[in-house]
Amino acid sequence: MSRKNQPDGEMLKGTLDMMVLRTLMSGDAHGHTIAKVIERTSEDVLEVEQGSLYPALHRIEDRGWVSSYWGSSENNRKAKFYRLTAAGRKQLVREVSRWRQMARAIGLVMGDELAEAGAGE
Amino acid sequence: MSWRRFFRRRRADGDLLEEIEAYIAEEIAENVSRGMSEAEAKRQARIKFGSATVVRESLWRQNTIPLVDNLVRDFRYAARTLLRTPGFSLIAIGVMALCIGATTSLFTVMRSVLLRPLPFRDPDKLLMVYEHFRDPSLNTQGFNYNSVAPGDYYDWRAQTHGFEDMAAWRYWQFNLTGEREELPELLTARGGSWNLFPLLGVHAAIGRTFTESEDQTDGTAVLLTWSIFERRFGGDSSIVGRQIHLDGKPFTVVGILPKSFTYPDAKVQVWVPFRSGLTPENLQYHDHHWSWVVARLKPDVSLANALSQVGAVQYREHLQNLHAPVAEDVASRTLSDDLAKHVKKPMVLLLWAVGCLLLIGCLNLANLLVARSAARQREIAIRSALGAWRMTLIREQLVESLLISLSGGAAGVLLSIAATKWLVGAWTDLPSAQGIHADGTVLLFVCALVFATALLSGLLPAMSSTGKGAIAALQASSRTTAGSQSRTAMRKTLLTIEIATTVVLLLAAGLLLKSFWRLRTTDAGCATDNVLTIGYSLPTKKYDGPVKVNAFNEALLDRVRAMPGVRAAALGSVLPGAGFGGDDDFTIPEHQPVPAGVTQPYAQYRRADPGYFSALQIPLLSGRFFTTGDRAGHPKTIIVSRQLEQQYFPGENPLGKHLHVGAMGSVDYEIVGVVADTLHQVGQPAVPTMYFPILDGESDKALTLAVRTVSDPLSFSIPIQKQIAVLDPELPVSDVLTMQQIIARSLGNASLSATLVLGFAMLSLMLASVGLYGVLSYLTTQRTPEIGVRMALGAERQQVLCLMLGDGLRPALYGLVLGLGASAGTAHLTQSMLYETKPLDPAIFAAVAATLLGVAVLACTIPAWRASRIDPMQALRTE
Repeated sequence: MSRKNQPDGEMLKGTLDMMVLRTLMSGDAHGHTIAKVIERTSEDVLEVEQGSLYPALHRIEDRGWVSSYWGSSENNRKAKFYRLTAAGRKQLVREVSRWRQMARAIGLVMGDELAEAGAGE
Repeated sequence: MSWRRFFRRRRADGDLLEEIEAYIAEEIAENVSRGMSEAEAKRQARIKFGSATVVRESLWRQNTIPLVDNLVRDFRYAARTLLRTPGFSLIAIGVMALCIGATTSLFTVMRSVLLRPLPFRDPDKLLMVYEHFRDPSLNTQGFNYNSVAPGDYYDWRAQTHGFEDMAAWRYWQFNLTGEREELPELLTARGGSWNLFPLLGVHAAIGRTFTESEDQTDGTAVLLTWSIFERRFGGDSSIVGRQIHLDGKPFTVVGILPKSFTYPDAKVQVWVPFRSGLTPENLQYHDHHWSWVVARLKPDVSLANALSQVGAVQYREHLQNLHAPVAEDVASRTLSDDLAKHVKKPMVLLLWAVGCLLLIGCLNLANLLVARSAARQREIAIRSALGAWRMTLIREQLVESLLISLSGGAAGVLLSIAATKWLVGAWTDLPSAQGIHADGTVLLFVCALVFATALLSGLLPAMSSTGKGAIAALQASSRTTAGSQSRTAMRKTLLTIEIATTVVLLLAAGLLLKSFWRLRTTDAGCATDNVLTIGYSLPTKKYDGPVKVNAFNEALLDRVRAMPGVRAAALGSVLPGAGFGGDDDFTIPEHQPVPAGVTQPYAQYRRADPGYFSALQIPLLSGRFFTTGDRAGHPKTIIVSRQLEQQYFPGENPLGKHLHVGAMGSVDYEIVGVVADTLHQVGQPAVPTMYFPILDGESDKALTLAVRTVSDPLSFSIPIQKQIAVLDPELPVSDVLTMQQIIARSLGNASLSATLVLGFAMLSLMLASVGLYGVLSYLTTQRTPEIGVRMALGAERQQVLCLMLGDGLRPALYGLVLGLGASAGTAHLTQSMLYETKPLDPAIFAAVAATLLGVAVLACTIPAWRASRIDPMQALRTE
């Protein structure tokens, strides 16, 4: 178990979609920006793998939560921008509340000994 | 999973590629701004992103429907494989097309005739009710379903309550004469009781059907069927309400029957009321059977109950008429069975035959596929070694056979459209009430057939080539492998079944052909070469009385006999071979009366002019022929057939004795001659026959003129018709045929099934021999090194030839024995269709065995000979 003591950059299943939607709350963005924003706001704990970002973007576009258009980036390059749709906004609200519930529930189960247990292993 | 994405995945991939480029460009720009060199920035960006291909593949997979994708790939792969060997593919597809096409055609006909409901209201409740004679000796001659006497029908209808209604129809024909110089025409007609159409649930397309008040002896209403309405009256609906002339009498057209109405057969042109043209006495008969009764069962009454009521009435009639042929009982069959009664048996037989053909086609294809899979053995071994699932490998091969079946099925459907059309034309007995065409069920059937054949022909080869032995192919040397041995065994087994099925088909074909040949060469008992026949019927209105009738008939005979090239001319009612002309019972005044309740003597009746027997070369056995003196006003005379003499005058001389014939009034006819038997129908035994002199002038509507000529009889048809037109330009003629044609027509359906089964059998024989050839060629290639060793060790070419021949002939022999056994076991299937031919006819069995062995030896000789020509040095070097 080599990664045991490293900050685990792997994301929980399903959370990437939510975070992508959350990122798009503050405005349209292309893939590179989305990845950067997630990484920076998580203080570089979460590393967005490109192998999952693009399939995720296409998947949520397919579900109608985001729409896409070709525009030019800050550096004047052609890039595909994603925009949160009304359905996406609703989905985000749902996912956030579900996430809160889940986080709280997991927190309750783990209690305060979380840090000790982590250290003791 | 979404279809939209599935079909747009190529575009999505393009988009993604651009997105990735954009991402990397951004990353490079960022890296550069952080102070990296251009090259390092690029390198880092690439490292950060990782493999673009992996991303693209994962998105591609996400957009794919795996099953469809796999199938598309398999199909593409199979198509490429098939295209690489176009010869094989064409043959395989052609064989499947033939087999599927033939099966589809037959199924279309069967579906239309036996399975599709009749186009009537609630057709399941419709029955035909017949009189039923209990005497078993009568039953063998078809009297178990005897047509009904009108008196019985009216009593049944009045006195029983199990049926909603009962209707009757009878045969009739008319001369239709034109109003404005149109050609006269002889019409096939039916008389139908007024309630027939409401009972069937048929409404007139234009106008109406009969009313009860029109169904009287003087009724002059007429219904036209759609075919004559379109053909003769140009589809002009103003004909309704107008008059047409039938036999010179005016009839008022009250309606046109719909196009879909072709009951009881498509030849019927007009319908008149049942009672029209009859006398009140005619309608009271209990012993004259010329009505057909259709009944509709009440919804809450069981068939047995309804029939027993009718049976009770009939038994009473029987008791009241003990001296007349009045049946004791009744019998029924459903209307659809009744219509299909002549075709069910041949249809079932043909279905069996076509099923055999299909099986052989599938086995043949399976055999070819096994051979092909041998060539791909290495590929399959390597793939399974690399971890390919067995299911995937099997699916791939099944797709190949499915592709063959699908292409074959598509071609087969096209083929079957043409074949069905031909079959319907050639099969004259097919009832037409339902209309014969393909429908949704047939289409479903074809789809099922395609998948079944694909499975049947593809599964076995696929299973065998991907089985446990598959990987062994990698381990073994190239010479012989366990896989190829089991494959050879499989091919031999397939071949054995194929040959056995072929033998069954060949035997059926042989038996049917022999039976047909027996029918064909049956002596009808009269001259059949160079005889032309022409039918006509003198309308009673114009020819009222014996004098006028005789004047016409004698004048015509004189004119025809005087024509050059005419050897002789005969005039009769129904000619030998042309069918049953009706029969009647009689008593013999010189004999003790037959006790009540015992079947009365009866005989078929015919009419003949004085020259009839000599013209048709029917030998006189004793007494004399009719003379011109045997006519109205002279003593009544009659000639009987040998069969009648033997049956009713055993050991005595019938000449001078009398027959008292029921239908001919209370007159005794003196027997003046005995003639040899003739057959009324080829394939049926001769029945007792009595001949009345045609010159007695009794009205007998339908007459047939038979003319024996020196050369091609058909060339005389126009000159003879001209002679008739000279005597009466308004008189239409019918059935201008040669005697040979009349007999061929009555054998048409026997010849059709014999020809079809023979065709199927020949095709199977060809397929089987191709299979045999293929297997042995394959074996030869497989055993080349072995044969090389044998020859190097001193085996003679002769011995090698025998070895290989024996190898190929063994499955043929097993198949032959199996097939002969199976045929003997299913003999009862063909038995009822055979005429004077035993289902285990040794000559046919021997001929089939000889044919099969001959073909098998032929098919094996080439590969075996090739094996014997192998150069041992060459063979050993190939190792």
